[in-house]
Amino acid sequence: MATTDQEVNELIKREYEHGFVTDIESDTFEPGLNEDVIARLSGLKKEPEWMLKWRLKAYHRWLEMDEPDWAHVGYPKIDYNAISYYSAPKRKEDMPQSLDEVDPELLKTYEKLGIPLHEREKLAGVAVDAVFDSVSVATTFKEPLAKAGVIFCSISEAIRDYPELVQKYLGTVVPHSDNFFAGLNSAVFSDGTFVYVPKGVRCPMELSTYFRINAANTGQFERTLIIADEGSYVSYLEGCTAPMRDENQLHAAVVELVALDDAQIKYSTVQNWYPGDEEGKGGIFNFVTKRGACQGKNSKISWTQVETGSAVTWKYPSCILKGDNSVGEFYSVALTNNFQQADTGTKMIHLGKNTSSTIISKGISAGRSSNAYRGLVKFQPGAEGARNFTQCDSLLIGDRCGAHTFPYIESKNKSAIVEHEATTSKVSDEQMFLCRQRGIDPEQAVSMIVNGFCKEVFKELPMEFAVEAGKLLEVSLEGSVG
Amino acid sequence: MLSIKNLHASVEDKEILKGINLEIKAGEVHAIMGPNGSGKSTLSQVLAGNEAFEVTSGEVTLNGENLLDLETEERAREGIFLAFQYPVEIPGVSNLQFLRTAVNAMRQHRGEEEMNAAEFMKLAREVSKQVDLDPSFLKRGVNEGFSGGEKKRNEILQALLLQPKLAILDETDSGLDIDALKVVSDGVNALRSEDRAILMVTHYQRLLNHIVPDYVHVLAGGRIIKSGGRELALELEEKGYGWLGIKDEEEASN
Repeated sequence: MATTDQEVNELIKREYEHGFVTDIESDTFEPGLNEDVIARLSGLKKEPEWMLKWRLKAYHRWLEMDEPDWAHVGYPKIDYNAISYYSAPKRKEDMPQSLDEVDPELLKTYEKLGIPLHEREKLAGVAVDAVFDSVSVATTFKEPLAKAGVIFCSISEAIRDYPELVQKYLGTVVPHSDNFFAGLNSAVFSDGTFVYVPKGVRCPMELSTYFRINAANTGQFERTLIIADEGSYVSYLEGCTAPMRDENQLHAAVVELVALDDAQIKYSTVQNWYPGDEEGKGGIFNFVTKRGACQGKNSKISWTQVETGSAVTWKYPSCILKGDNSVGEFYSVALTNNFQQADTGTKMIHLGKNTSSTIISKGISAGRSSNAYRGLVKFQPGAEGARNFTQCDSLLIGDRCGAHTFPYIESKNKSAIVEHEATTSKVSDEQMFLCRQRGIDPEQAVSMIVNGFCKEVFKELPMEFAVEAGKLLEVSLEGSVG
Repeated sequence: MLSIKNLHASVEDKEILKGINLEIKAGEVHAIMGPNGSGKSTLSQVLAGNEAFEVTSGEVTLNGENLLDLETEERAREGIFLAFQYPVEIPGVSNLQFLRTAVNAMRQHRGEEEMNAAEFMKLAREVSKQVDLDPSFLKRGVNEGFSGGEKKRNEILQALLLQPKLAILDETDSGLDIDALKVVSDGVNALRSEDRAILMVTHYQRLLNHIVPDYVHVLAGGRIIKSGGRELALELEEKGYGWLGIKDEEEASN
């Protein structure tokens, strides 16, 4: 009924919590992109010659590519020469050697975001790599991890210190020719995280990266590479926020995961980029390519994402199931409100025998937003005995939003088994009335109903973050009932 | 406790309630009977504050306070409880979580401390036995996959946990077999107390064999056309609604 809708509308309108700007001196490139900019970027990072060549090759390929237009989203044309491709807080030295040397202003920023970088504090069981605009500013727990043989550092450091590993794997899962945004990222990526877990090692703690965009008119192009060697295990989580600005900002990341024989990678994302205001002004364009290769037999890659931020999201974390008996999983909650648009889903490419994949996608649309699930399940001729289970549920809040499902299934192997389930439901007036009749605030009622809808996905998140994700949903829903 | 004066209400511009007058005192059990479409369910929904219905005139007070000024959740916190005829499902939200949230909302309103999960679990287990629901139902989603009878028992479970001042039971007997009817009635009888009133809305008198009312009112065409004691219900059963000159679609179709 009208009154209920109005209430729900009010619920969804809460201010974005992480919208502050850190006042810090930065070295920022002039907007624009050309070979010189790339060379300067590479030089600043003291990269070896091969890296610059790699970037330039990607740049030339990118120049020939077209921006994709097939997604169910609309946004003004991006002027790639109006973006600055590098911004970093000024430093006295080249690199802070320890946390004590990190600018206190930056430490304060992360504290405010709830990610303290002091190793003894709240997130004591989680190692953090903090990426601020274009650079990694601090990485915690390096020593205990090194003892276990785990490499956890910024990708810039990895390029300098572990060139063999980087050269062996970088671009093998997402080649620069893969798509327009991956091509751009390959040319200009500034920082990101590198993880290597050696044979037989179970990573002793959760690893995480916290991405923060601070500077205006800057794009963030991070690159993450995670390699799990034979029989190893790692759980990794990323979080992201940005200040509130009227202009859109571009975030085009590439994430590559490689799991060798019997290895497991669990990758979780809590994405809370600034979504723009109630009128749809501002917000981050989140155009991201994430892909994992189950290279080895019995390997497993599991993606869990909670996407509540960004003005426009274009993201399909995928698995290439090459090793026999390998397993791919995708658990997703995507919530859009106001004028947010999301086109997200996954690709499960079955190559090996007896490979299996599971897709659980929960889309929640509120306000005037648009939320699309797009998924591809593909069985190649060699995928004997492979199977997939897909479940796509959409929840609508109010009557001005939209939910869309675009499932693609291609099978070139007759023994493959596919199951697909899809539902669409509404937070009904009856449900709201029941909750309120029992004395529950409308706001609490909506968040309880939505949390219930997402339960299957939340239980996949590392415990420390499941509660956070629930809270984040609550905040993102504020004022949504409409 | 509850005072209804000349209450008119409509849904989508169609007037359903056409001047209801009713006084209910603490400790009393009232039954409202009437054929389908007489406005019984509308009355319960309006009292609970369902915004699908519009009150066009009249007044309702609960212990002297104007009820119609209050939001649905505020009425609930003041002690109005509605046991639904068709309880809705809330998938993924466990019954336990839902019930604890409700109980704590009430406690908070009364300035009491919230109950922690362990305390509440203990209480909920005890009460669920009282309505013959296996405690495993507490872990399931609210009404998710419950049978009709289980849903009704779950409603009474909620009433027992929330301890309202006025419990309104909307067709709580519908769809129950004789055993379930007994369990539900026992639950309602356990609610009876000197400082609580119960308003039962029902089509049939069989519920009143188990929960004996102090007063019976017959609702037809949006008005109470006859009031009396327990004997009125028995007379109605014997003679049918036609005795009062009311057309009952269900009787007609039988």
